[in-house]
Amino acid sequence: MTFDYHEPRSLAEALALLDRYGDDAHLMAGGTATVLLMRQGLLRPGHVIGLRAIDDLRGITPTRDGGLRIGATATLRAVERSPEARMYSPALTDAFASVATVRIRNQAMVGGNLAHADPAQDPPPMLAALNATVSIRSSRGERSLPIDELAVDHFTTSLAHDEIITGVVLPPIEPGSRETYLKFLPKTADDYATVSVAATLRFAPDGTIAETRIVLGAVGPTPIRARRVEDALRGQPPSRVRDALELVRDEVDPIDDLRGSAAYKREMARVWTGRALARVTR
Amino acid sequence: MSTHRLSFTLNGTKHELEVAADRLLIEVIRDDCGATGTKLGCAVGVCGACSVLVDGELLSACLLPAVFADGRRITTVEGLAKNDLTPLQDAFIREGGFQCGICTPGQLIAATALLSEQPRPDHEAIRTWMMGNLCRCTGYYGIERAIQKASGVGGQSPPNRL
Repeated sequence: MTFDYHEPRSLAEALALLDRYGDDAHLMAGGTATVLLMRQGLLRPGHVIGLRAIDDLRGITPTRDGGLRIGATATLRAVERSPEARMYSPALTDAFASVATVRIRNQAMVGGNLAHADPAQDPPPMLAALNATVSIRSSRGERSLPIDELAVDHFTTSLAHDEIITGVVLPPIEPGSRETYLKFLPKTADDYATVSVAATLRFAPDGTIAETRIVLGAVGPTPIRARRVEDALRGQPPSRVRDALELVRDEVDPIDDLRGSAAYKREMARVWTGRALARVTR
Repeated sequence: MSTHRLSFTLNGTKHELEVAADRLLIEVIRDDCGATGTKLGCAVGVCGACSVLVDGELLSACLLPAVFADGRRITTVEGLAKNDLTPLQDAFIREGGFQCGICTPGQLIAATALLSEQPRPDHEAIRTWMMGNLCRCTGYYGIERAIQKASGVGGQSPPNRL
């Protein structure tokens, strides 16, 4: 691997570098994924642009309306330990705390985690269940993208080559909402999930389910929104959960690997979605 | 390939050197600075043998671009003992916290980071934190006992050994 490393101090400088080097440039936040991919020869950029010295990309801050903004270069561990993030939703910090080991979480950063688009990662399903939007900048301007529309395939996003993820914005959580993140780890505690489930749910005053978002990790080419389950439960009493769970098997699209056969993962997706929903309907 | 001037301290000693963009911290520590206590195990950030502290934060030196070390304070196993062993090092010896020793530098660094963040960790906290440092000899019991023994006594002289 042979490349030039750039470490711009401002977003404008980073965008100018991206424009100059085009698809010969690769952005790097914490570097956990980029270093491995380059070492394995899967990534051979001529220019690596490090984002960690850019002030505008830092920080975890509550928004004025009661939501939360997480900067692209916040480490996963900074989110895990952030009192503001914990205050926003304990499920959010739980999900970040379940990534690999403390060493990885000290290095890996939120923007890189999203851009890497690894479907087995923990933060994306949780952020999707919390209805996050991704803030994106390029020299052409800025835009916000619902996080559901970021990952489009294994390790592939909808980002254009001149775009940088600047952060993630989480909307305020509605009163009475509950959230959870569960990760099924049959092998070792630092492994990728066999299946993970992020769920949020809010009851209406009459005791029916007003709204739920269910997002599964590691069982498809991207995080999978279980929309048919969500639709089946909206307006229904929690007693309908058992029937709705039968729909999970057909929502997911897992592959056979060391963490289980596709058939096993489909079944575990149903079981662990049931456990997640039990937590948020209890 | 671009090269970069780095200035950092390793175990209290200042180093200034020029590195290529693709160098990793583990290579610079071992090959350029000659501090070979830190081991390269899996080389993919999983096994923990290359655990180091960067400004007190626990990181895998095998995954860290060397350019990230500029301006930082790095501590490896060589930097733990001053005149005497630390209470943690002493406890590893007394409690059988190692056998072949290849993982021990990483175990000590990881446990040092744990105790500086959580001075009195319970079983669960020790196991959760140390889970990323693999050991093929001890079955982990001696390591856990050693950390428990050392917890809460940071800063005191180790007891005399027999």
